[in-house]
Order: sequence, then C-alpha cells, then structure tokens
Amino acid sequence: MFYREAGDFKTSYKSDLQAFPIRQDKIGIYIWLIIALVVALFAYKEWGIMGMDSGFAMKAIIIPTLVFTLTTLGLNILTGFAGQISLGTGAFMGVGAYACYKLTTYFPDVNIIILFFASGLVSAAVGVLFGLPSLRIKGFYLVVATLGAQFFLEWLFGRWAWLYNNNPSGAIEVPVRTLFGVEITGANASVVAQYLVVLGILIFMTWIASNLIRGRIGRSWMMIRDMDIAAELIGVRPLWAKLSAFAVSSFYCGVSGALMVFIWLGAAEVESFDINHSFLYLFMVIIGGLGSITGSYMGAAFIWIFPIVLKEIGKSFGVGATVMENISLLAIGVMIVIILIKEPHGLARLWQIAKQKLRLWPFPH
Amino acid sequence: MAPGMDGQSMEATETDGYVTADGRQIGGVMMDIRNIVLRFGGVTAIQDVTFDIRKGEVRAIIGPNGAGKSSMLNVINGFYHPQEGEIWFKGKLRPSMKPYEVAEQGIARTFQNIALFKGMSTLDNIMTGRQLKMKKNFFWQMLRYGPAIQEEVEHRQKVEEIIDFLEIQAIRKTPVGSLPYGMQKRVELARALAMEPELLLLDEPMAGMNVEEKEDMSRFIIDVNEQYGTTICLIEHDMGVVMDLADRVVVLDYGKQLADGLPGDVQKDQAVIDAYLGV
Amino acid sequence: MDFLYDVLIKPFVEMGGDPAFFFQVLWEGFVAGILYALIALGFVLIFKASGIFNFAQGIMVVFAALGLVGFYEVLGSAGIESGTVKAVISLVLTLTMMYALAFGVERLVLRPLVGQEDIILFMSTIGITFMLIGGGQWIFGGEPKSMITEDLGLPTGDTVVDAFGGIIIFQHLDVAATIIAGLLIAGLALFFSKTKTGRALRAVADDHQAAVSVGIGLNQIWVVVWFAAGIVALVTGVMWGAKSDVSFALQIVALKALPVLVLGGFTSIPGAIVGGLIIGIGEKVFELYWGGLMGGGVESWFAFIIALIFLLFRPQGIFGDKIIERV
Repeated sequence: MFYREAGDFKTSYKSDLQAFPIRQDKIGIYIWLIIALVVALFAYKEWGIMGMDSGFAMKAIIIPTLVFTLTTLGLNILTGFAGQISLGTGAFMGVGAYACYKLTTYFPDVNIIILFFASGLVSAAVGVLFGLPSLRIKGFYLVVATLGAQFFLEWLFGRWAWLYNNNPSGAIEVPVRTLFGVEITGANASVVAQYLVVLGILIFMTWIASNLIRGRIGRSWMMIRDMDIAAELIGVRPLWAKLSAFAVSSFYCGVSGALMVFIWLGAAEVESFDINHSFLYLFMVIIGGLGSITGSYMGAAFIWIFPIVLKEIGKSFGVGATVMENISLLAIGVMIVIILIKEPHGLARLWQIAKQKLRLWPFPH
Repeated sequence: MAPGMDGQSMEATETDGYVTADGRQIGGVMMDIRNIVLRFGGVTAIQDVTFDIRKGEVRAIIGPNGAGKSSMLNVINGFYHPQEGEIWFKGKLRPSMKPYEVAEQGIARTFQNIALFKGMSTLDNIMTGRQLKMKKNFFWQMLRYGPAIQEEVEHRQKVEEIIDFLEIQAIRKTPVGSLPYGMQKRVELARALAMEPELLLLDEPMAGMNVEEKEDMSRFIIDVNEQYGTTICLIEHDMGVVMDLADRVVVLDYGKQLADGLPGDVQKDQAVIDAYLGV
Repeated sequence: MDFLYDVLIKPFVEMGGDPAFFFQVLWEGFVAGILYALIALGFVLIFKASGIFNFAQGIMVVFAALGLVGFYEVLGSAGIESGTVKAVISLVLTLTMMYALAFGVERLVLRPLVGQEDIILFMSTIGITFMLIGGGQWIFGGEPKSMITEDLGLPTGDTVVDAFGGIIIFQHLDVAATIIAGLLIAGLALFFSKTKTGRALRAVADDHQAAVSVGIGLNQIWVVVWFAAGIVALVTGVMWGAKSDVSFALQIVALKALPVLVLGGFTSIPGAIVGGLIIGIGEKVFELYWGGLMGGGVESWFAFIIALIFLLFRPQGIFGDKIIERV
C-alpha cells in the first residue's frame, strides 16, 4: 500500500536513469540523511545515543562502521562489480595510511582532507601496479597474486623505516590537525567533527561510486565480471577495464585507510593492515552483497556491530571477552556459509526481496 | 553469371556488385577469407578454407556438428588466430588483431551458447553494445553530469529504437538470467545491433527455437539486412531457413570446404549431399 | 657498483665459500618444501575430486594438530598415563574428529551448494576457515601448544655430519618427516591406482557426470576425499608442530601452499611435490643469501613472487593442464 510504483511515471530517459527512480526509495535516503544529522546533534549535546554514552557510541561503533563502509565500497568495486577477487585490501588501506602520514609530515600546513584524497591517489597507483597481473591471470590465481601484494606490503610497512619516520617502535602516531579551526585528529579531537568529516567523505564518495557504476565505466567492469570474452568481442579493452577497477578500488581503500588511522585509531602499526583484516573486509562484501552499494553499507555495519553485540550479551552472562570473540568468529563463518547457501547476493538481496513484498503489501502475492 | 535455381538473376554492375531479384543491392567483396588453417594442438579445426562475403548480402555457413563453423567465426572475430591464411577486410590485409580491435572495425557477433551478461537487465545488456561509442572521459563519468549524462541519454535513445525494432519492450528491466531462451537470443541480437556493425556474425541464431520463434527471428534478420543494410554471415542448420534467407552458402565438413555458391546449387552438390544433407 | 656486486656476485661467493652451510640451507629448504608440498597435497586431493578450491586446508592442519594435543591433555586429566597407548588413542580420536568434520562439511556445506559457481564454493571454504579458527580457538584455547613428539614415536635429536670442511646438522625429526611424507604420497598413489575407491576418485576427478552415470555416489566420494585431506592435514600438523609449536599462526604459513599450487598446477600430485620443493628451497636460499640486502624477513612473500612470475609466463603451472578458452 505504501511502497507502490504505480502512478510514478518517468517522462524522460534522464529521469529514468537517476540513482533512486522509485519515489519511496528517494524519501528513504532523505530520512537516513536526517537521522545521520540527528545523531550528530545528539553527540554534540552529549545526550547519549541509543542508551550508550555518545562519545563511546561514536568512537567504538559509528565512526569505524562508516570508515569500513568506505573500505567495503572499495573492495566491492573490485570484487563485486569487476569480478576480481582480492585479498590485499588490508595492505592497500595501509598504503593510504602511510602515504597520508608521510604527506602530512612533509606538508603539515596542507589541509588534511586534501591529503586524505592525495593518499588515495598514491594507493590507486600502487593498486594499478599490483593489478597488472590480472591481465594474464584470472580467478583463484589472482587471489594468489593479491595475497603476494598483501604480504609484500606488510613486510614493507615493517622494514622501511622512512615510512614511519624512523620511530623506533615501528608505529605511526597521528599529529594534531584541524579543519576550520576544529581539531579532528589527535587525542583532543572533537568527536562530532570527526563524525561529520567521515560521514561527508563517505557520502561524497558513495555518490561518485554510484555515478561510475551506472555509467559506461561501471558497465565495462560488469561486462568483464560476467563474461570477459564476450566483453572483449564487444570492444571492451580488458586492460583498461581491469586496471581502472583496481585504481578506483585502491583509491577508496587508501582513503579509508587514511581515515581509519588519522580519525579513528589515532595511531597504527603493521597489524592494523594484516591479512586478517583483508579477510574481514571480504566478509563485509560477501555478507552485504557482491555488486551492491547498499550491500556495502549493510555488510560493514553487520560485521562490525555483530561481535560487539555478542560481547555485550556475553558480558551479561559472565562470559569472558576472548571467548565471545572466538564465538563471533565462529558465528561469522557459519553465517557466511548460510548466506552463500540461502542468498548468495547477501543482505542487499534480502532487503530487495523484502521491498518486493512491501510493494504488494497488504496482498500476499 | 548464370541465373540461380530459384530465379535469382545476377547482373554485375560497375561496382562489382549486383542486384538481387527482390531488389536488394549487393556490393563488392567486404571480407575475403583465404586459405585459413586453424589447429589446436593435434586437432586441425579448419583446413584451407577460402570464401568471401559481399557487402549487403546474407552469407550462410552450414555443415554438420564439429565442422569448424563456430571456429571460423572465432577466427573472423580475432578470438582465434589461424596458423596459416589471410583475412582481407575492405580491401586491406588484416593483421593479427585482438577481439576488441575487430569490434572497433565494425564486426559484431552473437553466440551459440548465449553470452549475455547475466548480472544485468535487458536494457543494460543492450547498452553494453554502445560501449565503443561512448567516449566521455572519466572525470565526467564521476560526476555523471552534463556531457556524461547527455551521452547516456543519446545512446539510450538508440537502444530504445532497437528495443522497438525487436519488440522486446516488455522485458526491458528484467534480469536476463530469468528470461526464456528465445527471448535471450533476441536480446543478444539486440546487443549486437547496438554496435551498429557493418558485418554481423550470427552463430546458430535459431537453435532451440520452435517454428513460430524461427519465423520471428528470420523476419528480424531479413529486416536487419534490408533496413539497416547490415551484411550478415550466419551459421545455421535448418536448410529451409538457409534456402530462404541466404544469398550464398559455404559448406564445411570436418574443417574442409565442400562447396560454395548459391543455395540452390549447393543443395544439389553431390559431395554436400553425401556428407550432410543425406539421401 | 657495490650494489650490483652485492646482488649478482657476493651471494654465490658466499655459497661457494662455505659449502657446508650452503648444503645445510638446501636441506632446511628441502624439509620446509616437503611440508609445503603436504599442505598442497590436501588442496590437490579436494580440487581433483570436486573442483573446489579448499581455502580451509591450512586451518585444517592447525585444527588437526590442536585436536591431537587437546585429546592428549584430556586423556591425561582422565588419568591415562603417558606413553604409546595414550598417543594412539589420541590419534584415533583425532582421526574420528577429522572424519566428522569431513562428513559435516559434505552434508552441510557442499551438498546445498552443488552446481553453484566456483567463486561461491571458494568463499564457502573461507567461511569454513573462519568457523574452524573461531571454533578451534574457543575449544582449544589460543595459546601455542607443543606437539607430543616423543609419545608418537617420532625421533628427537640430531646427527652431525662432517662435510665440505664444515658441519651439517640433520635433525632426526626432519629425516623422519621426509620418510613419512614419502610413505604417505606412495600410499596415496597406490590407493588411487589399485583400490576400487581410488579408481572411483579418479573417475570423479575426470568427469562428475560420467562418474555418477556409472553408479559412483558423489556424496560418499566427497566425504572420502575430505577425510583423506584431513589425514594429510593431520600428518602435516604433527610434523610441523613437532618442529615449531602448534598455533594459529601456522594457518598463515599454510597460505604459502598457494604459490606451491600455482607452480605445480592445481590438479597434479607430483606437481605439488615439485612445486613445494622449489618454493621451499628457493625461499630459504633467497632469504639467507639475498635477504640481508633487504633487511631480512623476505620469506613472508618471496614464494608469492616466484608464483607470480610463473603465472605470467605459464599460467597453468609446471604440470597443470593447458587452459583453452572456448566461446
């Protein structure tokens, strides 16, 4: 009754091509934006969010979820839309983080937001380099190549002292940076400002991703994914399609890496970019839904929040944190298998099916 | 030139072409395939095949299964590279090319086992055919504003014309994976047409269709040839279809060429009857 | 100039200058290669029979080893004295556990996913990996454990040989590992060629549908194959755990079996062995003679670089089948 497409006619191709052609979907997006701003307000007034201290909710749940959504979006572009499986996501985030660190060391007065995007470009370049093998190698073999990139870069992050300004501990600590006079990095940063920065960047980059995917570049990615031989026979140059996917994907992962270290963690070591993180991001993509932007949001939120919820439940039963962590790993593994069996296209498809049912409601079919 | 068995008369015009009995203008030789030999390891898929395709004609390649017909199309597409032989396109010797370079030259293709992009809708699949013609750069694609969206709308217009032409409006937004077989074949044809090719290669376009669907597809193929002037080279098993549609036929068997000529002549060729057509 | 000398000349001079050490390096690489080959063997078994790329093979190694040690501890607290009996019971229990795992995987994961694309099956094995990591850490605890080497009858100690003007040390355990690995491979080869089930496995590896049409039950085959891979995993886990403790870090090392597969081809048992040896020896030699130039620790990624170079020139590996794409 509420979610009807009837009566919603498009009279031009242009309006048919927009991101949210169904009116109710558009309204839904506006509602989410309003919620996002309301959350900022609650945090600013320190009123507490959903029963938790707002500082904690931001630092432990909301900000990391937003950062990982950006990562998941990046990986989804490469794996979900372009069909190139990658286990090197953690390392590419690291490239972005270290690049940002070096850039801000050399250019401390340049606005840090600009440096976030610049480090994305560095990451994109590295991504293209490690994506070159994809021209000859497909499928599982490519996984091996990306694993190589992951391990090599991890090693580099640890050995190349220049990267961490020769700090004897091997870690990088983020200097204080401001935006319009408000501190957004460092220990005294304003949580609300941090939240708005991350949210803003995420929304902006989601819009860009959505544009690319609906246009000819996104189509070339999906053609390569679905049937690369037919794609080539239609005129798609596999080189351009695959490398552009690596470049864009690595850009997103690089920016998210810089955000993760500069805004969320405040410091980083090699472990923040290790193979286990790469697996985590792949899970976010799978559970959220390969080839879906909405899915990226859902998958990141789910994988991040689920273990936290489990830990809280465990606490109330007196079960230790480590045990709950292991149980959540186990549960996530089980969920991956269940999702792959029941709905390989992840939460995004489940949501779509729910919307289909909504369209017919209150009729059963 | 002798008249064909079904009354098609052929008169050479100054441009080395001719006009068929039903008034279609056939031009000079567009593609000349000479002495192609294709081997895979120990197996010789194509042995010394030579034929040509004239501009505006409907050329058929027929023969039993495994005769090398699809392989021949793959060679024309640049997907397989023959060990010997030459391909001349529009009067120039064609060097060994990648498939996307062949596509850029104006050659499009449909496949025996449907090669649609299963993750996309009908509309998106056909839009992929416009890929080569979309030029607006990355920057505009990111913003999807101004030139990028204008280009998208223009090509959408062309695609909608093809959708009207092939009468597939109702399935525009359906994911192709859920379409029935006959419809998928039609969408594949639409995608190939979206490339606005000069030469269209059809690999068994009627395979697996019932009589009605075959009639529809035949009509579409004739329309494509007459309205758009597209040269067509098709692989087909159904002799009735070949007789009706084709201007000239080449017959392959185990990679060897048995005959090449008018449908009526080929039908009467003893070697062809022995190998393929039966008693 | 100095740099060129360091890269192109010095390592070989070092090799020649201390042949005993060089031989030691070769031996160590050989042993590591055998262990990589064993992990790769598990992959090949499953891939040959079902076309599934079992990403969980590495964690199965850890899981099996942890199971063995875990059962041993439980038996100890149940009052059974140390000794061969305890070890044997632990082994039997662990094998039962691996069989149950094989059965569970086939019934709950593989059967529902029959006919799905390869990437889906591959990702399901990643899911299994995490189930085993989480479950394993929960049940067995996350700290490293030592392998019950003596009770299993594995030799300790070493033999020192004078050679090339220096000494070469052979750990008895390493020799035992090589012999056991050899026996295992020979046993598997015999199994495949002489027994009825082995023949059925080869048929399934060749063509699923043809095998089904002559009456071979795919489901039982897959349980057998995953169990066989589980046995290989257990042997590998014991060997590896005896050399360096059993912990979840081993799972990452096991990822190095992937370059081995790339080199050897995904479907070839001899390929897994040759590939393992090339990677094992190549890695050690590179680390010890060139690694110093780069700050050390290059073992973590060198195997992948070898694999990558190989992939660019010969995507199907040494023994793999040439890939012909059809349209």
